[in-house]
Amino acid sequence: MSQQSSNILEIVDISKIYGPVKALQNVSLYVRPGEWLAIMGPSGSGKTTLMNIIGCLDSPSLGRVVLDGLSLDSLSAAELTTIRRESIGLIFQQFHLISYLTALENVMVAQYYHSLVDEKEALEALEQVGLADRAKHLPRQLSGGEQQRVCIARALINHPKLLLADEPTGNLDETNEGLVMDILHSLHRQGGTIIVVTHSPEVAAHAERTVVLEHGRVASDSKLGAQEKIFDQASQGVEGLEGTKSAKEADSPIVEKAGGIG
Amino acid sequence: MVKKKITNRGFALKMIVWSLIRRRSRLLVALTGVTIGATVLLGLVTLCYDIPRQLSREFRSYGANMVFVKDGVTGRLEGETLDKVKEALPSERLVGLTPFRYEPVRNHMLPYTAVGTSFTDVRRTSPFWRVTGAWPGASGQVLIGTDVARATGYSEGSLLTLDGRNASQARYEKDFTVSGIVSSGGVEDGFIFMSLEDMENMTREPGLVDLAEASLTTGGASLPELVNLVKASVPGVEPRLVTRVTRSEETVLSKLTWLVYLVTLVVLTLTMICVTTTMMTVVLERRKEIGLKKALGAENSRVAREFLGEGVMLGVIGGLLGSFTGLIFARVVSYSVFGRGLSPEVHLIPITIAVSAIVTVLASLWPVRRAVDVEPALVLRGE
Repeated sequence: MSQQSSNILEIVDISKIYGPVKALQNVSLYVRPGEWLAIMGPSGSGKTTLMNIIGCLDSPSLGRVVLDGLSLDSLSAAELTTIRRESIGLIFQQFHLISYLTALENVMVAQYYHSLVDEKEALEALEQVGLADRAKHLPRQLSGGEQQRVCIARALINHPKLLLADEPTGNLDETNEGLVMDILHSLHRQGGTIIVVTHSPEVAAHAERTVVLEHGRVASDSKLGAQEKIFDQASQGVEGLEGTKSAKEADSPIVEKAGGIG
Repeated sequence: MVKKKITNRGFALKMIVWSLIRRRSRLLVALTGVTIGATVLLGLVTLCYDIPRQLSREFRSYGANMVFVKDGVTGRLEGETLDKVKEALPSERLVGLTPFRYEPVRNHMLPYTAVGTSFTDVRRTSPFWRVTGAWPGASGQVLIGTDVARATGYSEGSLLTLDGRNASQARYEKDFTVSGIVSSGGVEDGFIFMSLEDMENMTREPGLVDLAEASLTTGGASLPELVNLVKASVPGVEPRLVTRVTRSEETVLSKLTWLVYLVTLVVLTLTMICVTTTMMTVVLERRKEIGLKKALGAENSRVAREFLGEGVMLGVIGGLLGSFTGLIFARVVSYSVFGRGLSPEVHLIPITIAVSAIVTVLASLWPVRRAVDVEPALVLRGE
């Protein structure tokens, strides 16, 4: 396979079956290094299952997943944990910050489980998302947008090969959504590979490629430039979409120094 | 000032400490449980240590628990031998060592038994004697048993003349004053008690006694061990245990000690249940945090170590607090039950802290097992 060496992620004909339910059916997907991919789909379309498999939080029932040249077939839970720790940065819709640790300590937690804690480096990561002055604050003292930026700093601190974001702006207002997307844009410009799972066509519009899932299958896979088609598909297929918001194009100056994730 | 760079171990400790401090309302129940457990543990074990000491003093009111006689079939003990016996016995446990010498005497032609003793020591070894009148305070004064008083009609202040034969078979006759009447409900009621010096003067035979009674508190070497010790170190004397007293003392003490240990075991079990329940609640509340840590790459063993670390810290803090309150608890119980204080057993404090930590860790094992089973994909799912 000629693509093999040039792809950071290869998903080959995978299926995920829970008893009588087929969450994913024969899904194949190739992601190049530095690519920004959006995965869209209605509830129950299998996008969370796909994200869990890409994030090494789950394994497919059938098919093959290769991450950065390493096949994830028949790896144990402990081996998947190691790959997750070394290669994946996770951004969550609900941020999932540890309530009793400060913003800085929340970033350091990722260092702690990865290798060695480095307070200076963690502080720099917070600076890069514009939160240096909030480093000593507990999550409950931060706004939703600030919490999500801490979550991003935590996801990036170990320089993962792949950044996986699950509805990263799902709990944010328009202003904070703009800030978060600015950070992702900055990372993408520096060569980071980003996969965003989202309901929002506006968020998906920032990506250079969008994959739409329906009933556990890939309904469409487009490259940047075919946005209108994606919008049409998404607005037909996605349940409960909110009113559309204008896409943010502006780059954030605060993330210009952000380290690459590739 | 140069800030010290934090290590992974330091960060792990920091996470555990912040988890306990910043979530203190959650862990207060567990901490209270551990503290109460440690309080009862230290309190009851301290009492276990002290009860034999306390009750031993109470048991001394039953009288002597060891008797010394001449080794052999007949004969009397020499005063020097008695001094050696006194030296051989542990002085801190010796309540008293009372010599007794028996002589047949007559009063108005009727036979009685006169007993020479030390009135100072007999008050220690036979606290159950009830004396009407006064204890003899000077030479020439005697105590008579109630049976003797009834037979002779003598009372406090009466003049008592005793006669007999001395060691060289010469007759003697000596007058005494009755200072008081003694009642014990035993053989003492039929005796006439005088000081050992008065008896030696009367019989002209100094430095000999028929037997000596010792009253010893428990603690340290057992009474049978002391019997062997005296036998080995003092020739010519035969120590015997007053089994009627020692057996009942041993039985009561051992039953009481077992009862206290049983209560302690029950309390520790209850503590374990309390901590297990609280830790289970903690695990359920922190499923997302555990899922997040695993999603960030924490191995199961690391998650387990963190929870067990919290358990150890909880146990140590609870053990420390419980040691302090346990000593107060033991002191209050000792005052209210025995009417006297107790000396704190300091070496029990580190043991209490260690036991608290072990109990808390054991109680955390099952919740920790549940914690490592958390599936990050399930608990971190968006809504």
